Amino acid sequence: MGKGKEQDTRFARFGVVSFTAVTKVNDFIGYLQEGKLMGTRCKRCGKLFFPPRADCFECLSSDMEWFEVKGRGKLLSFAKLSYAPVGFEKVLPYTLGLLDFGDFKVFGWVSKDIPEEELEVGMEMVPRVVRLEGDRLLYEFVKAS
Amino acid sequence: MGRVAIIGVGQSAFVRAYPGSLRELAFEAFKEAVEDAKVKPGEIEASLICSAPEYDRQRSPAGVIAEYLGLIPQPTCYVETVCSSSTTGVIMAYSMIKAGLYRIVAVIGVQKMSELSSMEVQERMGRGADIQWESPFGTMMPAYYALYARAYMAKHGLTLEDLARVRIKSSLYGQINEKAVYRKPVSMEDFLNPESRFAQLVASPLRVGDCCANADGSSCIILASEDVAKSVCEKPVWILGVGSAAEAVTMTGRPDLSEGLRVAKVAAEKAYRMAGLGPKDIDVAEVHDCFTIAEIMAYENLGFAKPGEGKELIRAKETYKEGSIPVNVDGGLLSKGHPIGATGGSQVRTIVLQLRGEAGPMQVKDPEIGLVHNIGGVGLYGNVIIMGR
Repeated sequence: MGKGKEQDTRFARFGVVSFTAVTKVNDFIGYLQEGKLMGTRCKRCGKLFFPPRADCFECLSSDMEWFEVKGRGKLLSFAKLSYAPVGFEKVLPYTLGLLDFGDFKVFGWVSKDIPEEELEVGMEMVPRVVRLEGDRLLYEFVKAS
Repeated sequence: MGRVAIIGVGQSAFVRAYPGSLRELAFEAFKEAVEDAKVKPGEIEASLICSAPEYDRQRSPAGVIAEYLGLIPQPTCYVETVCSSSTTGVIMAYSMIKAGLYRIVAVIGVQKMSELSSMEVQERMGRGADIQWESPFGTMMPAYYALYARAYMAKHGLTLEDLARVRIKSSLYGQINEKAVYRKPVSMEDFLNPESRFAQLVASPLRVGDCCANADGSSCIILASEDVAKSVCEKPVWILGVGSAAEAVTMTGRPDLSEGLRVAKVAAEKAYRMAGLGPKDIDVAEVHDCFTIAEIMAYENLGFAKPGEGKELIRAKETYKEGSIPVNVDGGLLSKGHPIGATGGSQVRTIVLQLRGEAGPMQVKDPEIGLVHNIGGVGLYGNVIIMGR
């Protein structure tokens, strides 16, 4: 068997456990490495996507550009986990949350620095990139200052 | 084109760990349904095997199960929409008969979850979410429903006691359902005592008592064309309306979480329209209470209560057997257990028995119209089926 072209498997570094390594939006990981959380915008119809997509379902174009997720989002909900799936036991307890930015929403971790009793639906938060053990990358939400 | 009826129903006991293989588990529900329908396996012209993959090792289980049940050389195939697989199967079988291709179709739901640990099961369920963008954060089913619960509670003033009330109702009927996995009584004290197992948090705000249990189980629904049904069946139950819908897998693609599940609303609207009926016409319902919050949301998404008012139904005990709209009077998923692929068929079976007047101690007084609400994943797939005598 001949040696194939080397695959870009950067996505394998996403999250505590990653279940996919190859995607057309692998640059997402490159941006996380630079501390930036990015989505994609369809250059033809202008639709914003988070999480980023390589293809627009609205106009079927694959001509996309990156945009940075900036500013404050509103916390729509959160849940602190006391049990975890296999592979996540070591990071327990952790909190999942959903932020609304108006044109799109972002799903991620709520920072462990914030006690659960200080969290409430509707509060303003901002995302930030975090580095995990083993050169892995993730993002979480912290209070907007 | 004539109507389509359900002529036979069957269900295994739902148990923690079934002492047999997947095909043997499927046989239990199949035998009961075939005897109920008074047909022979050879007269069944096609089968649909409904299950969620990866809980056991058998790849393409449809063939193996069809062989074991004596359903070859008739065609079979695997149907999967995770937790709503077997109502998807019922709706597909309805379509196959309605199209005139088959006269009798068996829908077999089966799941054997006990071969895996609870955490392994949660891991597989977590991968029923978006594995690229959400599973890497450590998602699992209770956490997603907890997000719905939190958003709903913040907007509508639902309390943890209201959630407990759903489980308390469920346990009342679980105790009289011989096929339920959880048959003990549950009281408010079980939720209020911080030492109690039921009060332990799984994913805040949901506690152990808010979650249904994994189980092994099977269900079987046999459907037939109108002419066959009238000739073989004394009490056919007619399918009056069906509706299905799908939702964004990611939470980021969802509408307002405090409004419940869009798939349930869309599927219910379609089923009501097709049946020419509305929520007030429903005499008994089975809803997908995988978590207590899911039942409250279902009341609203099905139109039994206005948005935000689902809690009033459970507080006033309107969804008890004697209430204005009895819901899950077989114990629901919370008490019966939730063997993914078998669950929807079990719900359909309960409604069929209710409409025939054969539900024993769970029987609601003289129902004419029943409804099943079965959800796959976290509101990823939704099926609503309306049935009548």
